[in-house]
Amino acid sequence: MRRLTLAAAAALALAAPAFAVTPDEQLRDPKLEARARALSQELRCLVCQNQSIDDSTAPLAHDLRVILRERLAAGDSDRQAVDYLVARYGDFVLLKPPFQPDTWALWLGPLAVLLAGGAGAAIYLRARARAGEAPLSAAEEAEAARLMATQDKLD
Amino acid sequence: MRRLLFLLPVAVFLAVIAGFMAGLRHDPSVLPSMLIGKPLPTFALAPMRPGEQGLASAELTGEPVMVNVFASWCAVCKEEHPMLMALRSQGVKIVGLDWREDAGAGARWLEANGDPYVRAGNDASGRAGIDMGVSGAPETFIVDRQGRVRYRQVGEITPEVWSQTLAPLMARLRAES
Repeated sequence: MRRLTLAAAAALALAAPAFAVTPDEQLRDPKLEARARALSQELRCLVCQNQSIDDSTAPLAHDLRVILRERLAAGDSDRQAVDYLVARYGDFVLLKPPFQPDTWALWLGPLAVLLAGGAGAAIYLRARARAGEAPLSAAEEAEAARLMATQDKLD
Repeated sequence: MRRLLFLLPVAVFLAVIAGFMAGLRHDPSVLPSMLIGKPLPTFALAPMRPGEQGLASAELTGEPVMVNVFASWCAVCKEEHPMLMALRSQGVKIVGLDWREDAGAGARWLEANGDPYVRAGNDASGRAGIDMGVSGAPETFIVDRQGRVRYRQVGEITPEVWSQTLAPLMARLRAES
């Protein structure tokens, strides 16, 4: 049993992860290739929309990886290379949406909900604290005294 | 007033549910096109068969035209095909962009199924399609007289899509000078 577990663990440790990026599409310059890898992890595959083009094995993702590398090899900055794809596929191709007027609700919405909730909680808690400070009415005092007396008797 | 305040979470909950329900009807593959209102990107596609004419973006002006992205590897294109044939027989001008495959494969597919296109070109590298923001086949771009893209149809042109959306749009574009 132990040996089997060890063998399974070894097999898992040795298994190479499957990469979508194939050697023939990689750039020779390791610096450019590193930039391309970093950028392609931030770009959405239009076919399998929740994967980056770096992860996806879809043919279109392959094409976009190749285009990205062509742009970088041609001397584009990171920004220019990404903008080249944004011009064709829109902001949707960016896995991280840019901060601009039509995404303000997206970026600031959670903060607004948090603030509204916090304000609501603060108002509620303050009101409760104030209610707690109010002195007891005469009837309440009498009831409290009666309860205390019963408690003493039980002891 | 206080009681209304207690109903607030319920109201918020219902609003969230309504939002999610609306989301269920939303097709995530349909994305806005960057090309709407802009001219078609410049392309000059290779012919489907050696010696024939290809398809160039510059030729797509003068009258409204539908640019249909298709491929022999695309299953939905086969489903869409009878609709395109019917439109051709009605005189609708459709040109074809054979995307991401050898011209031979596209040409054989058209011979086997019928050719609904007045002209077609082969985009073996897929670059012309990518310049148009194509994310899959079939896709259809409606181009006006000035050669500007006016609409992008993602996925099959069903009879409903044609009668409710594309046909009125084509009629409107034909009426434009």
